[in-house]
Amino acid sequence: MIDVRNVYKTFFIPEKVEALVDVTCKIDAGEVVVIIGPSGSGKSTLLRCLNRLEYATAGHIYVDGVDILDSKTNINKVRTEVGMVFQSFNLFPHKTVVENVTLAQKVVRKRSKKEAQERAMALLEKVGIHDKSNVYPDQLSGGQQQRVAIARALAMTPKVMLFDEPTSALDPEMVGEVLDVMKSLAKEGMTMAVVTHEMGFAREVADRVVFMDFGAIVEVGTPQHFFTNPDHDRAKLFLSQIL
Amino acid sequence: MESAERVPGRSRSYYLGVACFFVLIAMLLGGTYYATQKIDYVWRWYRVPQYFYYLGEIEVRAEIQGEVGSVAREGEEALVRVEGDGESETYRVPAQDLRVSEGDFIYPGDVLGVYKEWKVGILLQGLWLTLKVSLVAILLGILIGLATGLARISSNPLFKWTSIIYIELIRGSPLLVQIFIWYFVLGTLINKLLMLRGFGQLSPLWFGVASLAFFAGAYVGEIVRAGIQSIHRGQTEAARSLGMTYAQSMVHVILPQAFRRILPPLAGQFISLVKDSSLLGIIAIRELTKATREVVTTSLQPFELWFVCAVLYLVLTFSLSMFVQYLERRAVN
Repeated sequence: MIDVRNVYKTFFIPEKVEALVDVTCKIDAGEVVVIIGPSGSGKSTLLRCLNRLEYATAGHIYVDGVDILDSKTNINKVRTEVGMVFQSFNLFPHKTVVENVTLAQKVVRKRSKKEAQERAMALLEKVGIHDKSNVYPDQLSGGQQQRVAIARALAMTPKVMLFDEPTSALDPEMVGEVLDVMKSLAKEGMTMAVVTHEMGFAREVADRVVFMDFGAIVEVGTPQHFFTNPDHDRAKLFLSQIL
Repeated sequence: MESAERVPGRSRSYYLGVACFFVLIAMLLGGTYYATQKIDYVWRWYRVPQYFYYLGEIEVRAEIQGEVGSVAREGEEALVRVEGDGESETYRVPAQDLRVSEGDFIYPGDVLGVYKEWKVGILLQGLWLTLKVSLVAILLGILIGLATGLARISSNPLFKWTSIIYIELIRGSPLLVQIFIWYFVLGTLINKLLMLRGFGQLSPLWFGVASLAFFAGAYVGEIVRAGIQSIHRGQTEAARSLGMTYAQSMVHVILPQAFRRILPPLAGQFISLVKDSSLLGIIAIRELTKATREVVTTSLQPFELWFVCAVLYLVLTFSLSMFVQYLERRAVN
């Protein structure tokens, strides 16, 4: 589904920082991959490279067989197949909840108003916000906003979902409701790449765990292997610090 | 809460301040009046309304020479029959303002009667022109400003550098000079070229509107740029991650949000524009200020008329700011 080959990403603002160094990994269809690592290790950068919100400096990234680093690729078309959920929700504050979910369907997918509306309501029902479809995002709690954001991404019928620390900006008691939605998505067979600090989620849902440090992938393994018996000292140190 | 509690027991200095305020106003008005009396200025406010609306006279004149043969009343009007050498004409005049009677000898050009009609005065015409010029300039200014603002944040050097140069040129030179350039330089060039091609000429009004629109456009461009950049980057990222193009994310996500934030500075800019339109008098556009100047020269009542002129501008700018406040209130939800 997603094939990352020898990807480098270098930032020059404010000074040269190598955010990704020779990253190679694969996400198969139906797989849930959780990317963990200390802050500044390049997890979010890698995720944002997957839909070209960050343009990787070198290497190849194939999404569904299309090289998105090729300048001839129609990136907007690729992005409709790749949903993304942000740490800070990024709902459109001037649109109601249901408008947030229908907007891209109408504008990008060219669905009729009725079709978009029906799909939006079905998805809001699924994430449990259908009774607040006509309020504005700032009237919702953080957890509710994030669930709307998930519905908004799902409305495009993506083949892959990217989650960039979806629970990091939430009050602790709201983390569960968002993780529940993500778990049910995983159960339905959605291909997911998740950057998170929720080790419980990683352990329970992930098919594979990718551990990154200093812009490079240090270790890849099943959650069971990674959490009980990691190969690398850096991973052991990381786990000892957070668990 | 705090102010509500303090109302019953307002301090003495508060009431003293209120009293002093009114004394100050009274002294200003009284002082001005006293000074005008000292120089024997005669206030004639009753002469002002005629420059808004007045009863104009339309004279009916004879075209031939002859004698008034008959005057026949027909309700409010009278039919005057003038009989000359082998020819006769009948004129319809209002019965009240009939100036001839049967048997009078008439030469061509003599007044037979006078119609009275309400006409729009020069000040009202000037006000209307100011309003028209300002509104057209505001609309064009919004379009130019939007394009400039978008070009200013573009990564394409063609758009970016062009808009920077445009903004710097406009903001760095006086509006008066720009009006002269539009009228005497660009106006001459354009009208000469139009003439050589056999087209009609453009009136000064067009160049006046253009100078105001391009002047406002530069400032609006900077306001638009600041407004767009004040929207959090996450909004663009969210829109783009859903597959929207740059243009779609601008139209549906960024600009509607930016619009709410730029309304207050935009209102200030347009109020300036209304006031700046007073400069257009120098290129023979008879807007409110020019009209007032003309009336002052004929009426010799400068004090009353300049006050009236100022109040009329105040009416325009105040309505504009009320309208923008209404838009702001509506945009909140």
